[in-house]
Amino acid sequence: MRERKRELFSIQNRRRAVNLLSQACAILTVCFGLFWLGWILLTLLRYGLPGMSLHLFTELTPPPGSPGGIINALVGTFLIVMLATLLGTPVGILAGTYLAEYGQTGWLAPVTGFVNDILLSAPSIVLGLFVYETYVIWVGHFSGIAGSFALGLLVIPVVVRTTANMLKLVPNRLREAAAALGAPQWKIITMITLKASRAGIITGILLAVARISGETAPLLFTALNNMFWSKLNQPTANLPVMIFDYAMSPYKDWHDLAWAGALLITLSVLGLNILARSFFKQMPLGR
Amino acid sequence: MANASEVLTEGSIVVPRTSSTPPRRYSLADELFKNITRFFAFLVLFLMAAIIVSLFIGALPAIKKFGPGFIGTATWNPVTNVFGGLVPIIGTLLTSAIALLIAVPVSFGIAMFLTEMCPASLKRPLGTTIELLAGIPSIIYGMWGLFVFAPIFSQHAEPWIDSHLGGLPLIGPFFSGPPIGIGVLTAGLILSIMVIPFIAAVMRDVFEVVPPMLKESAYGLGATTWEVVRNIVLPYARVGVVGGIMLGLGRAIGETMAVTFVIGNSHSLHASLLMPGNSIASTLANEFTEAVGKTYTSALIELGLFLFIITFIVLALAKLLLIRLSKMEGKRS
Repeated sequence: MRERKRELFSIQNRRRAVNLLSQACAILTVCFGLFWLGWILLTLLRYGLPGMSLHLFTELTPPPGSPGGIINALVGTFLIVMLATLLGTPVGILAGTYLAEYGQTGWLAPVTGFVNDILLSAPSIVLGLFVYETYVIWVGHFSGIAGSFALGLLVIPVVVRTTANMLKLVPNRLREAAAALGAPQWKIITMITLKASRAGIITGILLAVARISGETAPLLFTALNNMFWSKLNQPTANLPVMIFDYAMSPYKDWHDLAWAGALLITLSVLGLNILARSFFKQMPLGR
Repeated sequence: MANASEVLTEGSIVVPRTSSTPPRRYSLADELFKNITRFFAFLVLFLMAAIIVSLFIGALPAIKKFGPGFIGTATWNPVTNVFGGLVPIIGTLLTSAIALLIAVPVSFGIAMFLTEMCPASLKRPLGTTIELLAGIPSIIYGMWGLFVFAPIFSQHAEPWIDSHLGGLPLIGPFFSGPPIGIGVLTAGLILSIMVIPFIAAVMRDVFEVVPPMLKESAYGLGATTWEVVRNIVLPYARVGVVGGIMLGLGRAIGETMAVTFVIGNSHSLHASLLMPGNSIASTLANEFTEAVGKTYTSALIELGLFLFIITFIVLALAKLLLIRLSKMEGKRS
């Protein structure tokens, strides 16, 4: 009896059991994670798909109780995101270039890299607060431009990080070859290394666009929302804040519009992510 | 280039070029380009400083009025203009703690599966799926939480929690309360679902830093998968794992939309996790545009300043740990 027990709990059996148990747990956690995310995506399709209609893309956001679409929010989001990308990308690329190409000496590059990585995950609502403090109060009203500033602040760190990383991947012999031909450094950087890492940098920009097109928090105190068409220097309708307002409202038809908007936003963010990935895969670092 | 021209002239009769600066026609454009990029690098640094300074200036009236007692006061009364940040600060810390409590073991399991157990054909698609899911906008999690999860949670889970855990000594008070569906516990759960893909992706990357040679030697000696993960991968990647968790914590602390929908936005202090509460980010999202008066606004901005400082510290620690891991990687491989 005692010997059998010892056999059952022999070191080998115990190791095997612990191993099996841990592997089972690991598989369970994968199922656990995928279960929730699958549930969320299915919910999105279930409530969002019925709302997909032509009206969605042709009509303005309605008052409760009447049919309508979200065209002004779609266009508003598009404009705000585009302006934010145009503002943030050049800053990001140039700062990233400094980090990678001139960053070997001095304190500025490591410190900026460190601070940049903190900005990368900084709470986005605080960026909205910052733009409110510095821009919205100054001009005296909410506006789509302020929204673009807030989102632009989110674009910068993403582009800085990818630009710097991609430039560091460019083999040094390219730089040396260009230098040996007598090219000055600014030409080497703009025409050789930046060009070689073009695919990676575009991937970074696409990822940044994907990130900001779903951001709600920074737009709450900057772009606000609008039921109608508006210029960018007025409060501007945008998809995320519209979803937030409509989902929090007590009206059933507003909820439906919010779900439809949520489905659209998720699909476009996932699509952008996939596009960025495939783009990067197709054009590996130019060599 | 300067060196090249010196070499050319060194041996010849021509007087060697004494200055080490490059030929003149290049230097101007070069200096200009370098300084332009340097300016933008400075700009990034300046932005960070500007954020902190502007938040501090905005919060100054509240800091002057309430002093350090702001953190310890639970009152939040816009009518009498008395504000204290205790409830939102506790709410932020509690929801993040719940989120990490669930997300860390789950992410660890996922990372272990992806690096050590997964068949090669599944590795890429599963890894990509997790990375894609980390990109889903947080407002989607919030909406799903409010419309789908909260009703089911309040009908099926919360009564059970109340009757089974609510009566226990010590932890009982934390788990007793009416089944409303929205509250601190719900917010923590939604947050955990949201940060799982994020932490799992970082942990997988960190696990993959471990040199295959080490793992294969252990497998060759007869170690099981678990023993390799426990005794080889974890000790090697420890610093990075902690860094990844901290990154996830930073995300969870600053998350706005996933929490705002389901936390209940109540400024009263409850022991129970089933009761509605508030977090810093959700307070800001709900009240900032409607705040009237200087004291109210600046109290909200002071909350924002706290949020920024907390995340700054957490993220800075995370970053330092991850840097240490990558240095170790460089040394050993």
